Amino acid sequence: MKEISYYPGCSLEGTAGEYDGSIRGVASILDIKLHELEDWTCCGASSAHCTNEELAIELAARNLAIAGKSERELLVPCVACYSRFKWAEKESKEHPEKIHSSYRGNVPIRYVLDFFCEEPILEEIKKKITKPLSGLKVACYYGCLTVRPPKVTGIKDYENPQHMDHLMEYLGAEPIPWSYKADCCGASLVLTRTDIVRKLSGKLLSMAKESEADVLVTGCPMCQSNLDTRQDELEKEVGENFNLPILYFTELMGLAFGHKDVKKWLGHHITDPIKVLSAKGLM
Amino acid sequence: MDPVQLTNQKENAFLLEVAQASGETIQACYQCQKCSAGCPVAYAMDILPNQILRHIQYDHRERVLSSKTIWLCASCYTCSVRCPNNIDIAKIMDTLRGLALHSGIKSGEKEVPLFHSVFLDTIKSKGRIHELSLLIQFKLKTKDFFKDAGLGWKMYRKGKIKLFPSKFGGGREIKEIFNAFEKGERN
Repeated sequence: MKEISYYPGCSLEGTAGEYDGSIRGVASILDIKLHELEDWTCCGASSAHCTNEELAIELAARNLAIAGKSERELLVPCVACYSRFKWAEKESKEHPEKIHSSYRGNVPIRYVLDFFCEEPILEEIKKKITKPLSGLKVACYYGCLTVRPPKVTGIKDYENPQHMDHLMEYLGAEPIPWSYKADCCGASLVLTRTDIVRKLSGKLLSMAKESEADVLVTGCPMCQSNLDTRQDELEKEVGENFNLPILYFTELMGLAFGHKDVKKWLGHHITDPIKVLSAKGLM
Repeated sequence: MDPVQLTNQKENAFLLEVAQASGETIQACYQCQKCSAGCPVAYAMDILPNQILRHIQYDHRERVLSSKTIWLCASCYTCSVRCPNNIDIAKIMDTLRGLALHSGIKSGEKEVPLFHSVFLDTIKSKGRIHELSLLIQFKLKTKDFFKDAGLGWKMYRKGKIKLFPSKFGGGREIKEIFNAFEKGERN
């Protein structure tokens, strides 16, 4: 059994509950034990780094200091948290004198998608597949901070990332080529400039539909929420009916593993994925 | 190799301030406009990202710090990864927002900085973000109670809205972090 520390982050306690549920579900099937970080606090998100860079580093470092009490790696599912932690790691190595926290860059920080896309775990994933996702065309959507900036994420193919596509192939799905896989959905403006969010999200949904995807897959709670919840509004605005389910990649892993809670996770989505998956004979 | 400085403008106070705070070589910008060409939010900005860098080179402090642009930047880092001179423009935007808040200059965007301030207040008082509390606090400030009300109801019915915050105890440490900044012990 592999053991790893786990920082869920605020979104996974709320709107992204099904992301949390599906991560815990597939981890258990893969015999990975998650140790939720004790007494974790918010990473600071956009609001901290947009207004006070040093405060942003301290808020992230507090959690990393807690993680540093054990030897385990730290698994992070939310892209915003992951990015903030990686920035804190970079800063603590380059400018340790600026950081008040006891954290000193000593925790391996792993984004959930990157973690599941590594060779040894991919092999384990292959063994657990009971229901391959045959015939399902997926648009893999990476968004911004999973890949950018590479000096923080360490991702080499940041203009055309492929790792989620490979994972989907392992699961038996068909990842489609499309050109918006690392474009921004506008999440940081979600409650303030919804007009911009609609414009950016609309472009993404349009392009995914044009590429004939059955579903869009993501590993970011903000992207998922943005793209999933505003399709009705967009329909009224641009006259295009998207009806494109937005799934977490871990939900599709759970589906391929035959996890018993898949229906429960998918029931939380605003744009219904069950109809599409049933039509493909996957549910 | 260090980037070649192709612009010959003299260093000015604002340029030095931004360069020092961000650690970025703003003088290296030669206006290729690649940042603005790839920026997904450029269409809504009042000053394009490449123009922001030019204004900094020319000491236009008020023009930059009162712009909409610095608050509309979505921090997606597309500009930063495509800059041929390796200028991290998104990071400079962080620096500019911080400077704008301390400058007393009227902000070009009202709701975005307000949202950030409500968000940070929520972290300070609760340690974690409980989405519903954040939303209520923000709406109390904007008084725009109807925006997204229908969506909120739909999300509630799908079990996406958690009514009560989780219980944990990290709050005191978080308050100490915020207090250090507020007392001016830190910037």
